[in-house]
Amino acid sequence: MADNTIINVKDVHKTFVSEAKQSLWDRFRGKTHEVKRVEVLKGVNLEVAQSETVVILGSSGSGKSTLLRCINKLETIDAGRIYVHGHMIGYREQNGALVAERASVTAKKRTDVGMVFQHFNLFLNKTALGNVMAPLRDIKNLSAADARIKAVHHLEMVGLGDKLDNYPSKLSGGQKQRVAIARALAMEPAVMLFDEPTSALDPELVGEVLAVIKRIAQAGTTMVIVTHEMQFAREIATRIVVMDQGLIVEEGPPETIFTNPQHDKTRALLSRSQTSPQASES
Amino acid sequence: MDFITDTLAVFPSLIGAVPIVLQLAAGAMILALVLGLLVALARISQFKVLRAIAVFYVEVIRGTPLLVQLVYIFFVLPSIGIAIDPIPAGILGLGLNYAAYLSEVFRSAILSVESGQTEAALSLGYTPTKALWKVVIPQSFVVSLGPIGNYFIAMVKDTALTSVIAVTEILKTANILNSQTFQTTEIYTAAAILYLMLSLPLSRIVVLLERKARSRG
Ligand SMILES: Nc1ncnc2c1ncn2[C@@H]1O[C@H](COP(=O)(O)OP(=O)(O)OP(=O)(O)O)[C@@H](O)[C@H]1O
Ligand SMILES: [Mg+2]
Repeated sequence: MADNTIINVKDVHKTFVSEAKQSLWDRFRGKTHEVKRVEVLKGVNLEVAQSETVVILGSSGSGKSTLLRCINKLETIDAGRIYVHGHMIGYREQNGALVAERASVTAKKRTDVGMVFQHFNLFLNKTALGNVMAPLRDIKNLSAADARIKAVHHLEMVGLGDKLDNYPSKLSGGQKQRVAIARALAMEPAVMLFDEPTSALDPELVGEVLAVIKRIAQAGTTMVIVTHEMQFAREIATRIVVMDQGLIVEEGPPETIFTNPQHDKTRALLSRSQTSPQASES
Repeated sequence: MDFITDTLAVFPSLIGAVPIVLQLAAGAMILALVLGLLVALARISQFKVLRAIAVFYVEVIRGTPLLVQLVYIFFVLPSIGIAIDPIPAGILGLGLNYAAYLSEVFRSAILSVESGQTEAALSLGYTPTKALWKVVIPQSFVVSLGPIGNYFIAMVKDTALTSVIAVTEILKTANILNSQTFQTTEIYTAAAILYLMLSLPLSRIVVLLERKARSRG
């Protein structure tokens, strides 16, 4: 592991276990409890170095979101290790087994990882400024004045200097997502994770968000981005990672992936996007 | 004309009970808010025992009449050595009762705050507890404002029940007057109007509060 490794995912396995809905009649007959298991990550390895922009591609259900959420310990894992900045997140090792660590310890480590969600997840009772200030006050313990200066700075950076006092209900989708980006970025995380940041947006609002993300990448922020925007992926990525059915099946620099894809799945993804109306536009 | 002037003449004697009604309602509401929130938190906690205790509490309270609860506190508890004065007993009874109902209001309000916001808070470094207190609960209070206000109005009216445990609130005062003057119609009409004069402005305030809260969300 090189010194400048920010994220190190080693052989991570994740299975979702859900209890199938059982009718009263089934239970009455003493039918055994049905448990549904879906193995979503089947041994994923991924290293992300400082200043890299890694874009994860993959068809729906391939496990992209789950992988990002595991890096932030929003999901538990069954096996493997995830290190952020050299620290294992969510667990400690005891006799070679994973033991969940205290919530407050995980919380501290999470400040190293910023996350932007598909559905923005803004605090609805706070203005744009309030959203960005809240974690600076609550987690970083900045004074109101300092938090305000910092929050305003980051909101201006995403082009929302004139929307400070708007509540989320008075912002467009693109503006909401830019507030979410400012909120995460203001915490100065070591890495930013984006889970389909534009797929809940009207097409005409996608550009403004992508432009902001691009600007952050150019400033040297380490990022992992899940997206279906192929053109954007090609422009912004320093490395492309292709996932299929819970595994990374191909990775490499964007030029190689886009011009000379090796894996069938990658070819399928690329050809599908080339025939989609959005890609043919550009 | 006589009826109206006679009814109006009753008011000065009843007005003195209004501070007691407000004292009962305010005290009981504070108790109900605090306890209701605790019960709601217990009901969504990860500890089975806490959840069970909370469910038991809510079911027992909702399954028995408030009047019986008041009588129990005032007349039965002394037999096991817990004697409480009428007004504190009234506050306790009303508070314990409304806590059960408010806990349901809080619980559904907490669950109605999108789980995405909690996840966002966690990803920013909030602990689950901090996310609950800083992100979820403030919003559930806003969502609960209307129902809380309506329960408060109901509580003001329910203070009348404490007349059976010797609290000299409006109804009890009316009863005493009635036994002296036998102007039954005038006295109870005045009492009813007095309750209306308390609850109507309160309803108005609740509507305004709700409108204000909604305009922000
Ligand atoms: N909480 C859950 N419980 C059960 N199964 C889940 C859960 N979350 C995700 N899954 C399943 O895990 C698989 C991978 O989901 P994931 O969200 O990681 O896919 P994805 O690659 O992000 O797909 P998309 O492009 O649609 O967002 C899917 O089959 C999904 O149904
Ligand atoms: Mg996804």
